[in-house]
Amino acid sequence: MKKFTPVIKARGFATQQSKRLSEKTLKKSQVASIFFAEVADVFLFITVLIKETFSRDFEFKEFFRQCFHIGYKSLPLVSVTGAIMGLVLTIQSRPVLVDFGAVSLLPGMVTVSIIREMGPVITALICAGKVGSGMGAELGSMKVTEQIEAMEVSSINPMRYLVVTRVLAATLMIPILILYADALGILGGWAGANIKGNVSFVLFFSQAFASISFVDFLPAVAKSFFFGAVIGLVGCYKGYNAGRGTASVGVAANSAVVLASLLVIVIDLIAVQISDMIL
Amino acid sequence: MTTPSPNKIHRTEAVVEINNLSKSFDNQPVLNDVCLQLFKGENLVVLGKSGSGKSVLIKCIVRLLNPDGGSIHVLGQDITSVNRDELNDLRKKIGFLFQSGALYDSMTVKQNMEFHLKRIKKNLTKKEIKEKIAEVLENVGLPEALNKMPAQLSGGMRKRISLARTIVVDPQIMLYDEPTTGLDPVTSDEISTLINQVQEKYKTSSIIITHDIACARTNANRVVMLQNGKIYMEGSIEMFEKSEDAIIKPFFI
Ligand SMILES: Nc1ncnc2c1ncn2[C@@H]1O[C@H](COP(=O)(O)OP(=O)(O)OP(=O)(O)O)[C@@H](O)[C@H]1O
Ligand SMILES: [Mg+2]
Repeated sequence: MKKFTPVIKARGFATQQSKRLSEKTLKKSQVASIFFAEVADVFLFITVLIKETFSRDFEFKEFFRQCFHIGYKSLPLVSVTGAIMGLVLTIQSRPVLVDFGAVSLLPGMVTVSIIREMGPVITALICAGKVGSGMGAELGSMKVTEQIEAMEVSSINPMRYLVVTRVLAATLMIPILILYADALGILGGWAGANIKGNVSFVLFFSQAFASISFVDFLPAVAKSFFFGAVIGLVGCYKGYNAGRGTASVGVAANSAVVLASLLVIVIDLIAVQISDMIL
Repeated sequence: MTTPSPNKIHRTEAVVEINNLSKSFDNQPVLNDVCLQLFKGENLVVLGKSGSGKSVLIKCIVRLLNPDGGSIHVLGQDITSVNRDELNDLRKKIGFLFQSGALYDSMTVKQNMEFHLKRIKKNLTKKEIKEKIAEVLENVGLPEALNKMPAQLSGGMRKRISLARTIVVDPQIMLYDEPTTGLDPVTSDEISTLINQVQEKYKTSSIIITHDIACARTNANRVVMLQNGKIYMEGSIEMFEKSEDAIIKPFFI
């Protein structure tokens, strides 16, 4: 008969096993074993998550609610950052290009930097702060106040209801937010170009789009999905595994932001290497 | 006030059977060789000092915590070796009232109750769900709370709503973790009576953890006392009340 280990307990279980192991061996190995227990735990979390994603009863209602929450509620923040990003980038690059007599390259340069790098990374970092901490705090407080246990005890799968919906919603909505921020960034760039110079909207955009190609676009979109997934995953993992007591809600939210931001940067590095190799 | 009638209980049929259960946290034993049975149709009151592991005990029964040793049979099935689907089916038959209430903060009272009802009883119509929720809210004396958020309720109201959420799915076994703690004497009494009515009406078997002796008097068919991770004493409420034991006496003053 298949034995079932609930996910919440799996963490404790893994840690317990490794603790027993470390008692037998040297004390030095304790840190390492706790680390490996954590890694095993993350692995288990992702395995269960993937399994639950393809289960029969998908929680559509909660999924759409989360999409609305992550997407729509982040719009003001992403709009402002996106526009300012383009504006500042243009203002900063302009003098250098003027020195080289290459000011006509301004729209293209700004657009390429926004689409390839600035848009995805800055938006993802902003979302790691907003969405990641939100999930960490929400699930963390649900854990601490036994709401997750209440679901489990009523045979509602909290992994399916809470985590799958949130991770998928983040994976879907954050790339959309990134594209939206890109668009506003280019608009901001046009505004920036008009502070000192005089470029028509049509000219700016025809130059902008002439300079970007599919090769700029595809890797950027691909990595956006990974940013979204990792933000959702880290936020949920940290919240879902919050400890006991209200203090751990703060810890969960905080470590979700820190880890998600770090992973966004690391994924960006890897994505750059890969797209450099392939394209 | 209704009085419990012990003669109705079939002492032979145990719905929950716990043998030599032990559980420790970080090498700190909390439960140590606990043996306990809950018989069909019975209200079993569990007494014990704060931190004696009462909540841990009932969490082991629904496998929110994995026992370190011993066995737990619920409705004849060994809860530690069932697979996931079987566990879910068992859990649908068990109502669990959390000490903290555990209401879903992001949902209204109505949504809280629907959330469980729709998922546990899949074949109810919209009208039946609505009527059921109204009936249970009436029973806990809070029909006006239907569209409120948990944050808008007082502590005692939250407690009553979570009781309502637990009984709305008609479980066969009820595990109440301090149902009356923090309530005024009048409400407390109403809740105790309600617990009794639930037992009578739906023939549930319940484990009631409480410090409230009035509640124990109203409901208990049998009482056990948990102390240092073991069952310290077991018997009728009268036996406990007459006891001169230094550990038991302070509970009954
Ligand atoms: N998940 C857990 N992790 C670590 N320790 C725990 C956990 N749950 C309970 N404990 C410990 O187990 C002991 C018993 O806790 P429990 O909540 O069962 O007490 P209780 O009898 O319900 O007390 P109260 O009447 O105050 O609710 C406590 O010392 C507590 O610190
Ligand atoms: Mg308790």
